[in-house]
Amino acid sequence: MSAGTTTAPTYRTLTVPQLDQLLSALCKEGYLTIGPTVGDAAIVYDEIRSTKDLPRGYTDEQEAGSYRLRENAQGYFAYITPVQSAKQYLHPPRQHLWEAVKDSEGFHILPDPPANTRYAFVGLRPCELRAIEIQDRVFLTEPFVAQHYKALRQAAFLIVAQCTRAGATCFCQSMGTGPAARGGFDLALTEFPEEATFLLEIGTPRGQAIVDAIGCAEAPEEMVEQARARQSQAALQMGRRLDTEELPKQLGSSYSSGRWEQIARRCLSCGNCTMVCPTCFCTNVEDTASLTGDHAGRWQRWDSCFTSELSYIHGGVVRKSTASRYRQWLLHKLCTWHEQFGESGCVGCGRCITWCPVGIDITEEAQALRQAH
Amino acid sequence: MSKTRKPKLAVWKFASCDGCQLSLLDCEDELLTVASILEIANFAEATRTVLKGPYDLSLVEGSITTPHDAERIHQIRRMSKHLVTIGACANAGGIQALRNFRDVNEFISAVYASPEFISTLAKSTPISDHVHVDFELRGCPIDKKQLLEVVQAFLQGRKPRTPAHSVCVECKLRGTVCVMVSKGMPCLGPVTYAGCGALCPSYHRGCFGCFGPKETVNTASLAAWLASHGVSRIDRVDAFRGFSAWSDAFRKESEAQERGEGVEHA
Ligand code: SF4
Ligand code: SF4
Ligand code: SF4
Ligand code: SF4
Ligand code: SF4
Repeated sequence: MSAGTTTAPTYRTLTVPQLDQLLSALCKEGYLTIGPTVGDAAIVYDEIRSTKDLPRGYTDEQEAGSYRLRENAQGYFAYITPVQSAKQYLHPPRQHLWEAVKDSEGFHILPDPPANTRYAFVGLRPCELRAIEIQDRVFLTEPFVAQHYKALRQAAFLIVAQCTRAGATCFCQSMGTGPAARGGFDLALTEFPEEATFLLEIGTPRGQAIVDAIGCAEAPEEMVEQARARQSQAALQMGRRLDTEELPKQLGSSYSSGRWEQIARRCLSCGNCTMVCPTCFCTNVEDTASLTGDHAGRWQRWDSCFTSELSYIHGGVVRKSTASRYRQWLLHKLCTWHEQFGESGCVGCGRCITWCPVGIDITEEAQALRQAH
Repeated sequence: MSKTRKPKLAVWKFASCDGCQLSLLDCEDELLTVASILEIANFAEATRTVLKGPYDLSLVEGSITTPHDAERIHQIRRMSKHLVTIGACANAGGIQALRNFRDVNEFISAVYASPEFISTLAKSTPISDHVHVDFELRGCPIDKKQLLEVVQAFLQGRKPRTPAHSVCVECKLRGTVCVMVSKGMPCLGPVTYAGCGALCPSYHRGCFGCFGPKETVNTASLAAWLASHGVSRIDRVDAFRGFSAWSDAFRKESEAQERGEGVEHA
């Protein structure tokens, strides 16, 4: 998806002042730079201008149903995952699709042309990068191409921050999506906080071009090895794991398991898990009309399989119970996504576990359903 | 609705604080347009003019608390083609329904110097306990954008778009960080009907549940969370006894908590 073909990664060193140069170079090229910032009691993605906007010294402690921001870390990318992912930008919560205007000659539909915003994401986690690739398959597979997503996605510049630490709800290792990305990015950083430097991996010609202009020195071989070692360390720290062996098949026969009812006693059917999930794509459309009736608009809005509206068809709601909604969610992520898109719908980022108010854990539930098999 | 005359809108007040009616006046930018397409036939907060019924759309604010009001709502229903209740008082009995959990006569003798002049019902009840309601617009107070949506929908003969999902969905749509997860703060968002745009969480505090229960509500699980986060039984009872205390789901949960029932989270 990135402009140009992926070249073999070449390695450079990047200092903090050079990271600032990189950010200004991206701004000069017309990118809107989005990166981690300290929000209200959490790390959130927002517009960043310089390294001063990054959450230096902050980290997070995540557990099922719990997130705490801590200010006791070293480095700019010492946190695990921001609350929401790049989905917030590439597949935004609300998207205007078209408007219609009535005049003396009748109705005219005025499509909303795709935005020409060019996002540069700074510090995407490897799991998030994979999630973008999963959404690509959802939104960019012919013949049903989502034009708004396509425009934003094609223009986006992707800088990954490789994980050197994993969180208690992370399980990318199980899903094969992290803790290190080996391609699909324009640039990737591995932070060496004690030395305030980064190993920079170049993934694309356009990544190369922007780095060449800054003039970063080639990275010594030991630095590359050390970066790999730090990433492997993250792999050992995974707080969760999910045994994916034969999982879609076994889950496929769990439809009538009593476990669904058990989960439904705790599940609030609140939809938080799907909203924070970087791969969930479901939307609803909302039509608006002016009071005078001469102006109408259509919006696309995030929806969730935990709402009754999502499964409303003529005559009623298909998934009335919370049990049926949780089953739809878990089975879509881990089972039917394979049939639909040829891969898992879960990258193991752990967001649904952390941000579920009552801490329902997809890895635990999948394991229990598998055992019941 | 008839194309030859402007549809008549009437606003009625029962036991309430007027906050919901005022949301209509709050629609400053749109008010002239509303007045140009609707005939405001009865709206005491805005004009003294009262036009005779029947009315195409009646907006009813407030709960039924007196024998006189219990009569009056039937007259209004008879004069109204569509009747829409606005706000927690009209939909669920309002904050004044807290008396439903106690003996109202005790309040009367404690509050009024001459209790014999007070004529009141034992319970504050929603309008739908008395007459057929075409649509309930939630809120305490209602959201003015949603009110305009409801008025439009009735003019255009379609269903109002007021999603019944949780406040959490709105929280995530606007990018607010969850106060339950990030601060361990009690929040009724997961059991509350959306519509406010997640106002309270965006001001770093938990939702009070003023829009009342959402669809497919699980108050027991939320109560178990409250218990496991150190919220006392009496505070758990109170958490569900706010503006929508007399709504079915919140009433049952507060009563269950009062009886000391409840499941613990595994
Ligand atoms: S299902 Fe959960 S762990 Fe998997 S990608 Fe979605 S949010 Fe992350
Ligand atoms: S899990 Fe639910 S919200 Fe997510 S993509 Fe599937 S159906 Fe949609
Ligand atoms: S799931 Fe893996 S890639 Fe994602 S943040 Fe955790 S360690 Fe990093
Ligand atoms: S699993 Fe958790 S986050 Fe998802 S709907 Fe249920 S309670 Fe909400
Ligand atoms: S703050 Fe409250 S409303 Fe918002 S997501 Fe959390 S629980 Fe839901």
